[in-house]
Amino acid sequence: MIANVRAMVISGFGTNCEREVAHACRLAGAETDIVHISTLLTGRVRLDDYHFLNLAGGFLDGDDLGSAKAGANRLTHARVAGRQHSLADDLRRFVAAGKLIMGVCNGFQLLVKMGLLPSFDSDFRQSCTLTFNDRGRFEDRWCNLQVNTASPCVYTAGITEMYLPVRHGEGKFVTDSPQTLARLEKDHLVVARYADASGQPTADYPANPNGSVAAIAGICDPSGRIFGLMPHPEAYLHRTHHPRWTRENLPEEGMGLQLYRNAVNFIAADLL
Amino acid sequence: MIWKIVVGLKSGVTDARGNRALKDIREHLGIALRSVRTQDVYAVDAQLSAKEAELVAHGPFSDPVIQDVAINQPLSQDFDMLVEVGFRPGVTDNTGRTAKEAIQYLTGRPFGAEEGVYTSTQYLFKGLDDKALAEKIVTDLLANGLIQRWTITSAGETEPEIDANTIPRVIGQTTGDVRMIDLQVSDAELLQISRDGMLALTLEEMHTIRDHFTDSAVIAQRKACGLGPMVTDVELEALAQTWSEHCKHKIFAAKVLYEDDKGEQLQIDSLFKTYIVGATREVRKNLGEKDFCLSVFKDNAGVIEFNNEWSLVFKVETHNSPSALDPYGGALTGIVGVNRDGMGTGMGARLIFNTDVFCFASPFYDRELPPRLLHPRRIFEGVVEGVEHGGNKSGVPTINGSIQFDERFAGKPLVYCGTAAIMPRLLHGKPCHEKKVHVGDHIVMTGGRIGKDGIHGATFSSEELHEGSPVTAVQIGDPITQRKMFDFLLLARDRGLYHSITDNGAGGLSSSVGEMAEDTGGFELHLDRAPLKYQGLRPWEILISEAQERMTLAVPPDKLDELISLAREMDVEATDLGVFTASGYFHCLYQGRTVCCLSMEFIHEGVPQMQLPARWIPPSVREPAIVEPTDYAQVLEQLLGRLNVCSKESVVRRYDHEVQAGTVVKPLSGVCNDGPSDAAVFRPLLDSFEGVVVAHGICPSYSDIDTYHMMACAIDEGLRNYVATGGNIDHVAGLDNFCWCDPVFSEKTPDGHYKAAQLVRANQALYDYCVAFGVPLISGKDSMKNDYQIGDRKISIPPTVLFSVIGKIDDVRTAVTMDVKKPGDLVYLLGRTEDELGGSEYYAEAGHLGANVPKVDAATALRRYQTVNRAQEVGLIASCHDLSDGGLGVALAESAFAGGFGMNIDLALIDAPMGLRSDRLLFSESQSRLLVTVHPQHQAAFEEIFSGQNCSLIGEVVENPELIVCDGDDRMIIRVPLARMKDAWQAPLREM
Repeated sequence: MIANVRAMVISGFGTNCEREVAHACRLAGAETDIVHISTLLTGRVRLDDYHFLNLAGGFLDGDDLGSAKAGANRLTHARVAGRQHSLADDLRRFVAAGKLIMGVCNGFQLLVKMGLLPSFDSDFRQSCTLTFNDRGRFEDRWCNLQVNTASPCVYTAGITEMYLPVRHGEGKFVTDSPQTLARLEKDHLVVARYADASGQPTADYPANPNGSVAAIAGICDPSGRIFGLMPHPEAYLHRTHHPRWTRENLPEEGMGLQLYRNAVNFIAADLL
Repeated sequence: MIWKIVVGLKSGVTDARGNRALKDIREHLGIALRSVRTQDVYAVDAQLSAKEAELVAHGPFSDPVIQDVAINQPLSQDFDMLVEVGFRPGVTDNTGRTAKEAIQYLTGRPFGAEEGVYTSTQYLFKGLDDKALAEKIVTDLLANGLIQRWTITSAGETEPEIDANTIPRVIGQTTGDVRMIDLQVSDAELLQISRDGMLALTLEEMHTIRDHFTDSAVIAQRKACGLGPMVTDVELEALAQTWSEHCKHKIFAAKVLYEDDKGEQLQIDSLFKTYIVGATREVRKNLGEKDFCLSVFKDNAGVIEFNNEWSLVFKVETHNSPSALDPYGGALTGIVGVNRDGMGTGMGARLIFNTDVFCFASPFYDRELPPRLLHPRRIFEGVVEGVEHGGNKSGVPTINGSIQFDERFAGKPLVYCGTAAIMPRLLHGKPCHEKKVHVGDHIVMTGGRIGKDGIHGATFSSEELHEGSPVTAVQIGDPITQRKMFDFLLLARDRGLYHSITDNGAGGLSSSVGEMAEDTGGFELHLDRAPLKYQGLRPWEILISEAQERMTLAVPPDKLDELISLAREMDVEATDLGVFTASGYFHCLYQGRTVCCLSMEFIHEGVPQMQLPARWIPPSVREPAIVEPTDYAQVLEQLLGRLNVCSKESVVRRYDHEVQAGTVVKPLSGVCNDGPSDAAVFRPLLDSFEGVVVAHGICPSYSDIDTYHMMACAIDEGLRNYVATGGNIDHVAGLDNFCWCDPVFSEKTPDGHYKAAQLVRANQALYDYCVAFGVPLISGKDSMKNDYQIGDRKISIPPTVLFSVIGKIDDVRTAVTMDVKKPGDLVYLLGRTEDELGGSEYYAEAGHLGANVPKVDAATALRRYQTVNRAQEVGLIASCHDLSDGGLGVALAESAFAGGFGMNIDLALIDAPMGLRSDRLLFSESQSRLLVTVHPQHQAAFEEIFSGQNCSLIGEVVENPELIVCDGDDRMIIRVPLARMKDAWQAPLREM
């Protein structure tokens, strides 16, 4: 355990992957708590006491108003008991302190819809979204990802490619304008792209499972500390998670774990 | 006022839902439209200012990047026909509920009791000007009239106004009205009361109730609590629910008089006790100290040991009748319902995975359907979507399942939903799988609210599907309300805030409270305290409503405040409805007035035992004369493309099978992640390599020959799938789900004696084979009225038993998948191949049934399975695949194309009777056989371990991607590229 790197995984209201995300954080060396949103709203547990916030996959409020929409609305408007601010205020303070946030799948959707990603000029304005897969269906499928080594993303340092599962119905990444896309590209905020067997980004189904523009699977903010990814790194922590572990020689540790290790190491070096 | 907020995609944004509808309209109905766009409508019936409405519309209701909104005006006029589909009053509207919560967060003001949000969907068609055709598209595809309603507007017409009369608000006044029912009437009138009230009570049962109410002691006791001699509607409804086939399993509890084909007679006092409980008792006795069962048959699910610290919980349910009427809602409630069984077992358990098995008619059915039946393709689509939403949104991976097809499932689809869960062996020092209500504990209902939904679900599913089948039996589940409740309950469990827990399923509070109260011998329930979804429910409706997402707890008085405040903090409703007593009475009150007072003994033990005559006359079946095929490759491809054999990948991918990060052997295996796994392996504890293996067997096609062997084969198939993947045959439990057609002889069912005999025979096999294999049964369920009858058209399903197995693998790293691994590996066939093609896919393809149904030799099979386990533990097996539908030919093809390598096979090396023809060798469905590949360096060790058993080296794995089969004289009878076989196997359901 690296001394005092503290990670929080938010749970509740339809979050589903909190246990395996917490496991990943612990394997990476962080002291980790799973905290229910309702507990955060009581004010008994404070985000300020943590360094690494994880927004895990799931279906916040059933994604009934569009993925993570109702969840974003709760964080924005629900008041913390006994105080004058919302959890979104806490989140913005967390970001301003240079702390780390990783959102996976529903967590990525939440970050984008709250304007925390890409948040070019820390304006918290929503400029991108994740919407229904082109095929109109939820899909569980493992994907090749090409990682942008020029990205400032602290999580993917040293990683060039990944193989992870997507499990979503609303994973198609789109931007509000060509300018937004251009800026994401120019600033190297596109962290990961769906790739074909040769490792090249692709628009073709099923290698690109949802029709994302520019094959975008994950992006970060300009600081590289806020990171959203549709595929699930916490679903590949050990070789037996790999769909072909019975037929391939694989390293014991799964590819997803390095993202968490990088986060914890970054905090240990920069924030403690 | 009512705000109508319409949300649609900006132009240029792909409308995936609209495109899906366009495709379905073309493919299902053969109607070619130019385009379909969709829009979401929120009718907000609440006090909002114009500014607030704007904030809501542009905030939680829409996504500024891709969507536009309109408030109180149409969003788009760009259509030829506009269809708007909304819910009928009272139908669960999950999006409406979430929208309401979002508005409350935004304004900071809670909604009033009369306020609400009602959602609907608009479809904007282009390329259609015929209103009648639009109506057809809606009724045949987009909407289900039982739960939805719609308007159709053509271009130029104005959209219908939205007002208080058009929103689907339930209007009604709650009254405490209780009706007294006079049972001192003729038999005809008694039956009329039962029929009119959807009570499903027989004449004998009506007599029993009438006689009870004329007993002088009963009359005196009723007088004492303020009731007259007549039965109240609350009481009659409670009795009907408790005594329903669905809740009481009267057929399985009946006294059966069975006569076999030799004229020998046998009297069986309860099939359940004799064969199911009996088998488990015998198995546990034989297991002795190795008995791993913890709780069987007495709770919502069975419980077995997992290791010293954890126990495994497993249950499989069916939800057939509701799925016939509304496939989406039926299947969704099926899955979230069985989830509550896991949560409601012992003191509560954490869900780890789901399983799903469906039986449908062909989605390509192209003849006329009898009235009230939905097209099998709609059933398929709706059920899959329901299970998808139920499982995925609940965060429970769906890891095992299958789909069986038979024309007769058009009459009633079968929807089996299973759930496994894990609980600590000990909770606060006591076994977690046990619970006990104490006298004085409060009755606390938690989760959702009560509405009219699901009223008469229990009695409805105890009857065949008929003209008057009730609409209220249809419901839509709400996975998020349930997920919130489960988060709360696990915390409450760990804090020791309750003594007992159970779910509210069939029969609602009547059932849950009634059953829990057996611990104390009575209860006092205040129906008026129950939270309602809307006004207008009568006391009996509150008691028996099957509204979803509710659990009942027994909470000690000193923990009540803590429990209620924890619930409030977690945004979960929990309400104190009364207390458990030792009064001996099932006592319900409404505003302080007694409306039901039945003795616990009468309601639970009073139902008369049914007499069920059964007579076995073997059907006249014979083996067909089939000419040996000239083109074996073509036959094999045809078999691979049969619905029972072909790939179900399009369905599997719609289920999240990996959430919780425990799925080690996934439903799809092999070099392209698309081969059909035999079983799933799941690791429930992230810091341990101990795993759970789950599999199933189901073979309805053998029932038409003999249900005894159908049952034996289902058991063997479940176990052989389990063992193939690495499951420990010495630590495995079974779970039976019987789905039968009505076996009770009557005018409607003149062949009842035969159907009852089929039931007896299946039970006899269940006993024989569970005992022989040493597999205890831990739980199960039966669904006995899977018939359709309207007018003189009757469709009965083939008798079907799903045999699910769950057990252990000590180290998941020794699990084995079905795909061949390397060229040069040796191919072995374990087990002997007999001339057993009765009920096979090969015969069915040729239009025959046949007579030689496969038979199981349990002793030989058990020894084989134990030996396979030993070989797996030391890593001798590279791949292992079970032989089932389509026999050896299909298994060879699947293992080869899943692994991406070819095989050279010689049929002459197969252990089989002399001279058995090649088509029989390839397509016989003899049981207990496994196809195994072994690396050459393990040849000696593998053959040594199997010495003295049926183990034949029949070929090898080759680099060249072709399956080559010779018939001994070096005559090549099959030479086919893997890609061609795989395409034949994947094509049929690829686009579903």
